[in-house]
Formats: sequence, C-alpha cells, structure tokens
Amino acid sequence: MTHLRVAFAGPHVTLQDAGRKGMMRFGVPASGPMDRKAFAIAQAALRNPPDMAAVEVSLGGVSLDCVEGAVTFAVAGGGFIVQKGAERLGAWQVNTLRAGERLVIRPGPWGSWTYLAFAGHLQAPLWLGSAATHGPSGLGGGKLAAGQDVMIRDARVLPGSEGAIPCPVWARPRPLIHAVPGPQDRFFSVESLEDFGSLPFQLTSAYDRMGVRLSGPALMPQGALSIPSEPILRGSVQVAGDGLATVMLADHGTTGGYPKIATVVSDDLDGFVQLRPKDAVRFKLISPAQAVALARQRAKAFQDYLARTS
Amino acid sequence: MAFYRPVADHALLVEFGTTITDAAHAQVLALDKALAAKPFPGFREAIPAFVNLLVDFDPVLTDHVEVASHLRGLADQTHTPAAPATREVLVCYENAPDLDEVARQTGMSSEAVIAAHLSGDYRVFLYGFAPGYAYMGGLPETLRLDRKPSPVRGVPAGRVIIAGAQCLITTLTMPTGWWIIGRTPTRVLTGDESRPFLFDVGDHIHFRRISLGDYEALA
Repeated sequence: MTHLRVAFAGPHVTLQDAGRKGMMRFGVPASGPMDRKAFAIAQAALRNPPDMAAVEVSLGGVSLDCVEGAVTFAVAGGGFIVQKGAERLGAWQVNTLRAGERLVIRPGPWGSWTYLAFAGHLQAPLWLGSAATHGPSGLGGGKLAAGQDVMIRDARVLPGSEGAIPCPVWARPRPLIHAVPGPQDRFFSVESLEDFGSLPFQLTSAYDRMGVRLSGPALMPQGALSIPSEPILRGSVQVAGDGLATVMLADHGTTGGYPKIATVVSDDLDGFVQLRPKDAVRFKLISPAQAVALARQRAKAFQDYLARTS
Repeated sequence: MAFYRPVADHALLVEFGTTITDAAHAQVLALDKALAAKPFPGFREAIPAFVNLLVDFDPVLTDHVEVASHLRGLADQTHTPAAPATREVLVCYENAPDLDEVARQTGMSSEAVIAAHLSGDYRVFLYGFAPGYAYMGGLPETLRLDRKPSPVRGVPAGRVIIAGAQCLITTLTMPTGWWIIGRTPTRVLTGDESRPFLFDVGDHIHFRRISLGDYEALA
C-alpha cells in the first residue's frame, strides 16, 4: 500500500471514476470527469482499466506528499504546472512519486481541469457502485481536503512508462462548439436561433461541475416558462426567463422546466470545459445526422490516438 | 400521438403531450417498460418524466432514425403494463415547521390538513432536482399552495414537503421553497445496493401516520 497525504487541495478537487451510469431516472447524473477524454488518456498511459478512480484537479490546484511507498502516476488534461519536489515536469506526463517527495499541480497557461491517475487502486468511497463524486451532495469518492490520507493499493512503479504523453490538438480548449437545435427550439424566434448559432458568447464565473452560465445575446423564450419538467442531459443549453443560457455539465440536475434551445454534441464538451471564465465561445448548429457522423469520426480518432500512444 | 425530438448526437425525446395528464404519463410509463423489456443495440438509459421519455444511446452503434423506428415498433405493440406497486411511507406530523402556516393559508385546522394529506392518492411521476427526489402527484385540491416566496436553505433529509399538486420526501440537505408538513423515518435512498431507491416511477404511495415516539424510535 502506497500512502499519500494531501498537503493542500483547492476547491472542487474531487475523486472521480468514469461516471455513475444508468441512474438518471432516479435523479442521479453520471458525474465523473468533466474532461472524459483527458481522464481516459491518463488511465491508458498507465494501462489502467478505463473506469478506475483518479483525482480531478480544478484551477484550485492540489499538493500531495508521498508518506510511504512509491507509485507511478500520470497527469493529462489542460496545461497545468506539474512539479515533483524542485523538478518541473511536463503538463502531460508519466512519472513516479516516492516516499518523501511532494507532487504539486497548479493552474498553468491553459485549461480548467487536469487528471492525476495512479498505477494501482486509489482507495475511494463508493456510492451506488461508483467512486464518481456527485458535487451537490458530496456522495461518492468526495472532495480532497488538506490532511487527508490517499491510499493506493497494489501500487506499481513502471519505469518503462515514464515520459511525456502526447497532447493532441483536440484536447485544447475548444472555442467553436457543435450543437443540435432543440428539443425546445420551437419556443425561440428565428432571430434568437440565428443569434445563438452565429454570435459570440462568453463563459461567466458562474462555472462549476453542475454547469456554466454564458453571457451574450439574450435568447428570449416565447411563452415556454411553464413546460412540464423534463429530462436534462450533460450538454443541454437551458435558457432561463432572463434570456441567459446555461450549459449543463457533469453534475447537472436531471430534470427541469426551462426550455432548451440546443444541446451540445457529447464529444465537444471535453474541449468546452477546458475554456475558462471570460473566454469566448461560438456555437455551430448542425443536424442530428451530422452530429452522429461527427460523433463516429471523433470516436475513431480518439481510439486511434489511444492505440498509437499506449 | 408521439413526437420524436432528436437531442444532440446521442438521445431522443419521445413526447406524448405538452400538458400534464394521466394519459400522457401512462404512455410514458408504458414505453419505458416496453423498452426495458426489449432494448435495442446501443441503448444506454431511459429517463421518464411527466409527458416524455428521454432515451439515451451510443451514437457509434445507432442513430436517431433507427432508435425512433425501434420505439415506434414498441409503441404499436399492445401490452398491459404490470400493476404498479404500492409503497408505504411513515409520517410524523409533530414539530413540522410549516404545518400551522399551511393550516392558516388553507383555512383548515392542523388536524384537517393532516387528514387531507393522508387521504391523497399519490403516484411517483418522476425523479428530479437531486438524487432520490421523487415527485409525487395527487395532493388533494384543498392543500395546493404556491411555493414560499423564497427558498429556505438547509432543509434536512427525511422531510415531507408539499407545493402545488405535488408532495415529495427530501433525501439530502438542500434548499427548498416547499412547505414542510411532516417528517419520515422512511428512507427513499435505502442504502441497499441491490435496491438503492425505494420507489420506481409509477409507484403508488400511501402515507401512514406515526406518533412522535415512533418517529424518534425509528429515525
């Protein structure tokens, strides 16, 4: 058992696995990593199964001391500053932490989330069979806090895996996001839909794991403020009565009664969440068939990347 | 008549109406059950709500057109949905912070409010807002009040709350603008991994009154 201790953890630093699937009918979103591809890359770099628990690091940063043992770790996602003792490592990296060493991850030039995975089993509390942290309730693996012990069972040292992980261009923050109109686009004027699909928006600081509110053109819904509550997905663009749009993210509520002007395609969400508050974003509206074609093309590119790099 | 609305690259919203009716919700439940019995390749999960069912799928394996066609096939089959289960929820009305205010606003005595609440024919329409928050319809007309002007923070788990035509049981400490009329030792989040949520959507709920002593012994 390798024993780490949290020296510092900023807000929203949590334990996550690949997500809690199939529970939305009970009010439970999948949670899991905000950037699912970066999480999967960190796991694959260590040849871990894709659903193991890892640490999701926010812009708050994290600092961990290795108290006992040694373990190889991988960091992927965003452009964070990663330091082991006095040694500055690359932002996407496999390296080994040994007893007496401190690993520090803090915000760097770009990105909002990075993932710290370990070669071994990170011990995490499960809720409904998953270590993914559901932020609003704190259930699941939970938030990291200073002084907390982090235990890695069956920790391995993999000298052959150490080195840089290639950071593909599609892992960068994505300022152009594809979305499919609806399911309540009929409650918006043609002008509002055109504005949504052409004018720039900005991420506001109202950004957490539940969603991010945008500033930009007002998208006034026409008489749709009392639709019966209906299911919401990660990527739903919900418009409240003030005309402001919110993109729902990993810890979203599962139902709501505000109209959704559009829904972001799943693959673009990983790059979208790497934007930061005040960054500009544009939406490109595409048809459902185009969205499916895009999903297949992106899934293949991702599998090819994993096959090439692991 | 159902509408099939594509959602992003990976879901379809099947809509049976635009206003809440028993008929629309019955169609939601029937399709949900039929789909559970006969899923399609690439099916991930289905989320029932008041008037629509969201069907989530893997876009690498299927697409909106194929999924709509599968669901149309299910809707055409005649089947009798299984009789919904009835679940009992214990409720203690003593020391409930809003019972007197609900009595005042409805012009009834507290005992009449309790009797009216116990007489309701409740059914779980959907889960939402937070894990295990099961929205039950069927609150008697006499108890239907607007929400409080602003939400109260830090309402604990195990509170029986009402607003409009609905009743629900809190499962976590969360803010709510609903009226707190009772407390229950019955857990919707059961803690049992084999059946983590007490209700299925569509279940009938029957409230049974318990004394303060029983509540304190069970809670």
